[in-house]
Amino acid sequence: MNGIHDMGGMHGFGPVRPEPGEPLFHAPWERRALGLTLAMGATGQWNIDQSRSARESLPAATYLTAGYYGIWIRGLEKLLLARGLVEADELDAGHALRPALPVARVLKADAVAAVLARGSSTERVPAQPARLAVGDRVRAINEHTAGHTRLPRYVRGHVGTVQRLHGVHVFADRNAASPVGMPFDEAPQWLYAVAFDGVELWGRGAEPGLSVVVDAWESSLVALMEK
Amino acid sequence: MGHPLPVILGSTAGPEALSRERKTALLGAVHWPLDGIEPGFTPVAHLQPMAHDHPHEPDHADHPSHLDEMDLRVRALETLLTEKGYVDPAAIERLIQTYEVQVGPRNGARVVARAWVDAAYRERLAADATAAIAELGYSGRQGEHMVAVFNTPAEHHMVVCTLCSCYPWPVLGLPPAWYKSAPYRSRAVREPRAVLADFGVTLPEGTALRVWDSTAEVRYLVVPTRPAGTEGWNEEQLATLVSRNSMIGTGLATAAPETDAAP
Repeated sequence: MNGIHDMGGMHGFGPVRPEPGEPLFHAPWERRALGLTLAMGATGQWNIDQSRSARESLPAATYLTAGYYGIWIRGLEKLLLARGLVEADELDAGHALRPALPVARVLKADAVAAVLARGSSTERVPAQPARLAVGDRVRAINEHTAGHTRLPRYVRGHVGTVQRLHGVHVFADRNAASPVGMPFDEAPQWLYAVAFDGVELWGRGAEPGLSVVVDAWESSLVALMEK
Repeated sequence: MGHPLPVILGSTAGPEALSRERKTALLGAVHWPLDGIEPGFTPVAHLQPMAHDHPHEPDHADHPSHLDEMDLRVRALETLLTEKGYVDPAAIERLIQTYEVQVGPRNGARVVARAWVDAAYRERLAADATAAIAELGYSGRQGEHMVAVFNTPAEHHMVVCTLCSCYPWPVLGLPPAWYKSAPYRSRAVREPRAVLADFGVTLPEGTALRVWDSTAEVRYLVVPTRPAGTEGWNEEQLATLVSRNSMIGTGLATAAPETDAAP
């Protein structure tokens, strides 16, 4: 979606201001928000692309003003409500008013280190060879889906050069759209790092010597000539 | 608004307040499952100056501030999810402490220092960063697919996530607030030299600048150039020169170390 989260290239947000002391959290609830979000993620009731989609589809004004962990909490509430894991009156009450739904896993403290160390690979076994190779010229598709996409607006329609093949990865756009209660629609595809020249993206006012690399899935790229 | 903006735009509260009914219910209903055993908090007092941004708002004693509302909202959610049996509060605390205490940019600094002193390791890091980083014991969540990019005198690398906040947790820990902020996310891909100037960094004229936007699950680690005058330094000494910002590309490794990389 052309959401407010897709910020690359926008003007008007002012200078970057590192904070004195750079605290990880700005209030106790922010650190609980981190832990709660990670712990609920471990139940397997949604995937990371669905979490991102829940956050970026918040109202734009909320996204800009809720704060980083404020966005996380609102996204988490949306994910829970959409799956019936909690209901609105329970959020209001701050207590369970009806029995829990079954979840795939509940993360226990003694499993945390192993679960974090393992992570969650998005790489999958290729079903077919890569269509593109390093050095190929490609154009990023110019599509404006209302759903989740990881192709940022500022590269759409622009021409770049394949820099790397990352292997075959879960396709975020489809994974995010997995219907609730169904197996995740991973639809894995070849993933590429594609470099765009600064002038191609930003015109003659681009900073000299600039190139920007984005990771893009095969279906987001159109080859400009056959090898 | 002259104060630093710690999050997306700065406020830690939301525009939509809790209803009076919900607030009243929550005030009486919730408790923090692990009150009192949460070391390492940033004191809430850190936020006090922000209250002065709204000097004209009435300050009713019975009317919790926006900050209190988020506190209530998160406590309520945690209580509810714990009662449902979906989460274990001890696991939540363990998750937090992992990133608050154990995992941070010193991990990445060890990777960089090893690459500076060990040419074979550097080659492995260039060929398969995930495996090379795992050799030092760092792996897992938000670092499942690592790529190392190497600064040279001719080319500087910088990392951003314009769409959210993707960051290589196993080697750098949690991202600083500025990395997640609208100013950095909007400007890093369009005017990275101007962003570097915000950090007091100027690249020599003619240096190419390549910005890596983390738009998938690949995470990037910048390997800065080794500072001049460090010949003969051992790996541990060199690691102290590798600031967190130098591994994001918003800083350089220098013989006078920056102080941004927490132990």
